[in-house]
Amino acid sequence: MTDLVIVDTGCANISSVYCAFQRLGYEALISNETSIIQGASRVVVPGVGSAGQAMRNIRQLELVDTLQQLQQPVLGICLGMQMLTSHSMEGDVACLSLIPGEVVPLQADGLRLPHMGWNTLHSIQAHPLLKQFGPEDYVYFVHSFGVAPNEYSLAQCNYGTDFSAVIGKGNVAGAQFHPERSGKVGARLLQNFMEWKP
Amino acid sequence: MLAKRIIPCLDVRDGKVVKGVQFRNHEIVGDIVPLAQRYAEAGADELVFYDITASSDGRVVDKSWVRRIAEVIDIPFCVAGGIKTVADAGKILEMGADKISVNSPALLRPELISELRDTFGQQCVVVGIDSFFDVASGQYQVYQFTGDESRTQKTRWLTSDWVKQVQQLGAGEIVLNCMNQDGVRSGYDIAQLSAIRAICQVPLIASGGAGAIEHFSQVFQQADVDGALAASVFHKAVIEIADLKTQLIAEGIAIRPYT
Repeated sequence: MTDLVIVDTGCANISSVYCAFQRLGYEALISNETSIIQGASRVVVPGVGSAGQAMRNIRQLELVDTLQQLQQPVLGICLGMQMLTSHSMEGDVACLSLIPGEVVPLQADGLRLPHMGWNTLHSIQAHPLLKQFGPEDYVYFVHSFGVAPNEYSLAQCNYGTDFSAVIGKGNVAGAQFHPERSGKVGARLLQNFMEWKP
Repeated sequence: MLAKRIIPCLDVRDGKVVKGVQFRNHEIVGDIVPLAQRYAEAGADELVFYDITASSDGRVVDKSWVRRIAEVIDIPFCVAGGIKTVADAGKILEMGADKISVNSPALLRPELISELRDTFGQQCVVVGIDSFFDVASGQYQVYQFTGDESRTQKTRWLTSDWVKQVQQLGAGEIVLNCMNQDGVRSGYDIAQLSAIRAICQVPLIASGGAGAIEHFSQVFQQADVDGALAASVFHKAVIEIADLKTQLIAEGIAIRPYT
């Protein structure tokens, strides 16, 4: 069994995510093969780009069922997190429906978009993924769409309005920010994910 | 609250970090990867690598250093220089860069910006603009091929017109390099940056002129830029990023603390 598999969604930030785990001492396998993803002990769904394109890639690779049936810990990152929800208005596409929620354009109340840069978290829930996270921690965001706060929000961020920075349900979780590019704080989330026993 | 970004810029030529004054007389500062790592550990919020040879001499440039940077760096970084096509950009993003920045090639073929936006998303697409204040006309004008003094030339664009145009085409961020200030450390061009800020709805990064901590305070407080880019003050240790951040936080500017 391969310990950690990064799903090769055909998106661009895969090597950054791979390197971030490598810096923590975890050698991930990057794959788009059903059997390898199913056999992983942990699965990461990365993503950069548009939801429509990313979901098309996943469908073409015939990975929808595979990803929907995973029982092991799953972490979506940025667009990868958005793909875990039910639907994205970016391209009006159905997503994987692993965590209820809808991806909508950020209502930034006149602030500049994309929401790009380091921002803080609030409403941080007691969850193993967010062990040792506090309101003083900064993480790196780059996005124009987001998930409104809901019962599956594990942490929120404010940019003109509150949105979900981390979501989770059962064995599946996702971060809107980029832990692989969020310095020591981001590395903490990835380490917490590797130790998570949902 | 979204933090203002401190962005060391590393000008790269033949795989080495170099720095010149007003884009000229480049001297070697050091190897890319250790310098990048040092800045990430010192509290930089983001790094920009400008391959300054690439656009001006037309050859295929070895970009394997991008992957080596991605392996060691845990903050975002942007690669600029010589990106002429979607395929060029794709390779750099695949190697682990978070953003790509286009400058001269976008002036030659503005639709490149839209192609990059449609393929990789607006958030990846940075447009660098080299702007020079022409005393005779009293206007800011866009220059191209600024990596090579012998080929540097004025374009038909006024800076303000080009800023509007690139936003329409899909730029996700603009780096405005004020050439009159570059390398002379006398402060950012607050007047120009404020004027561009008023017509720039995407993140705006100030470049050119940082020489002291107060220059950063001024550019954040007076020009409301999203980030401030600097090179020589960091390379030559005139300013330590930790000291800079401590001072900016003390002045009430939203900054990610050095940890």
